[in-house]
Amino acid sequence: MTTTSPAAAATEITPPRARAMPPPWRLPLATIAAAFVASLLWPDQLGLVGRIATTALLVLSLDLLVGYAGIATLGQAALFGVGAYGAGLFAQQVHGDPLLGLLVAAAAGACLAAASGAFLLRFEGFTLLMLTIAFAQILLSLASTFRGLTGGDDGLSDFTITPILGLWEFDLEGRVGAIYAVTVLAAGLYLSRRVANSPFGLSIRGIHESRARMAALGTPVRKRLIGIYALSGMLAGVSGAITAQINGIVGLDSLGFPLSAEALVMLVLGGAGNLSGSVIGASVFTLLHHTAASIDPYHWLFVIGIALMAVVLFPPAAMAQKVWARVRGTRNTTP
Amino acid sequence: MTLLLNILVDGVAYGMVLFVMAVGLSITLGLMKFVNLSHGAFAMAGGYGVAVLVGSHGWNFWAALLVALIATGVFGAALEALILRHLYRRPELQQVLFTIGLTFFLVATANAIFGPQVRSIPLPASLSGSVDLGFRTLPTQRVFVLLAGVAAAALLTWIIARTRFGIWIRASVDHADAASGLGIPIRLVQCLSFGAGAALAGLGGVLGAELMPLEPYYPLKYLVLMLVVVAVGGMGSIPGSLCTALVLGTVDTASKYLVSEWGSLLFFVAMGLLLAWRPRGILTR
Repeated sequence: MTTTSPAAAATEITPPRARAMPPPWRLPLATIAAAFVASLLWPDQLGLVGRIATTALLVLSLDLLVGYAGIATLGQAALFGVGAYGAGLFAQQVHGDPLLGLLVAAAAGACLAAASGAFLLRFEGFTLLMLTIAFAQILLSLASTFRGLTGGDDGLSDFTITPILGLWEFDLEGRVGAIYAVTVLAAGLYLSRRVANSPFGLSIRGIHESRARMAALGTPVRKRLIGIYALSGMLAGVSGAITAQINGIVGLDSLGFPLSAEALVMLVLGGAGNLSGSVIGASVFTLLHHTAASIDPYHWLFVIGIALMAVVLFPPAAMAQKVWARVRGTRNTTP
Repeated sequence: MTLLLNILVDGVAYGMVLFVMAVGLSITLGLMKFVNLSHGAFAMAGGYGVAVLVGSHGWNFWAALLVALIATGVFGAALEALILRHLYRRPELQQVLFTIGLTFFLVATANAIFGPQVRSIPLPASLSGSVDLGFRTLPTQRVFVLLAGVAAAALLTWIIARTRFGIWIRASVDHADAASGLGIPIRLVQCLSFGAGAALAGLGGVLGAELMPLEPYYPLKYLVLMLVVVAVGGMGSIPGSLCTALVLGTVDTASKYLVSEWGSLLFFVAMGLLLAWRPRGILTR
């Protein structure tokens, strides 16, 4: 145990299994179908569906880093927040079109990720983890310092979003918002799957398993990592933009440490390194939060605290395997 | 000049509090390679212990301090022996998740027991006055914080450098398997140092109660501060943690005095620069 440094241990997050790659359209379609069924079953909870979809997009962006590239980060909120503030400021200062806002937020997230990644990705393990926290905290301090631009503690709220494509206006019920968020999430899942299955994605997985080997094979390791970091930043930025556009307000908490930590928790809850885990984790976590927090915010902490400890002590994947093995075992013994 | 002196005194006092709170975490990371994000809960436990014993039961401050620190240490050692030691061989991410979960759980527990409002620690008469140094006066509480920090640092350095137990700790930090192969009772070393780290964190919680008010969210609020001290100081390095805590404490205090509207910006910029300069610890090349 002592020979594994924390840095090496960080890369032991279950690497993506080498198996036949699922077709890129399967997960997006399944997600859309699940969202459709959910909105039929609970038609008064459309806002929740939209929130789950945007959260899932954030967790998806984290999965590309933690699950695929093996980059441990606790600063994903920085990229999310930049997207949210970018979209809000764009709507306030330039134009209220949501799709243009998405593009701006995607560019902002990707540029910030590429720029910060060029510095951050020179480090690994615990140092990297701390530096990502510091980076997000620096952005948070900046946002609260320049309150003229960001609204500081009050949040940025004096912007209006025009209807999507001039046709569908965001309603209070959250119907348009939910459809919008789920559509973008499906597009993000499709893009991520395509990227993960591409030669670029395969080289990222190779880097996760052994940096030294990939470097020896001639892969420009740093460049590839910055590339995936930028892609992740783009998705996180888009997720922030959707949140800003649906809610009509951007608060300082969109840059905060709890958001980064929660996203990581959701990812591990759903399973890192296979993209679908982000959707599952975000759904389970957000539903738990919604139910428990509506009773009492401290109950929520009880529930999530115990759930987290239980997930580590009895990992769901391993437990499922055990149960499955037992089911199979009994099936084999009974002819 | 007065301003500079104020910054220095407050900054060093703040740095001492940070050091006492974080040094246990640093030892845990160096010794067991265990990422314990629930370390702040020990600081909270010590603080609440004293606050309740003195405030609600009318105990003497010093007796309450002693009992609270011992109780926090025993709590930490028991937690280590019963649960946490099974997680030492797990990947870093799982340790992070488990201890974040534990922190959430303890936050909710603290709220259930002590309520959501801020608790203050009533100071005894011997600490509530001020000391005249000739050129200026200092609150006695601040002097106490400084002295306690120096004492803790000196005691730790002495234990690590001069005692048999310190030799065990150093050997286990360098190579745990080899150390246990040589007959060092590694489980005892791990459990005792975890308990001692918890007790020190509890002391930090009491010392820092004026700067960091006691409330249920305490362990989450000041977690990042402790992690920063440990990361910049280098895992397992006591002089490194002390240096870092003093530098960052002074930087943060100076920025609060001079450019308060920037919040903790300078603190994190300083941290980023120090980490980029010496990624393996401020005193390690």
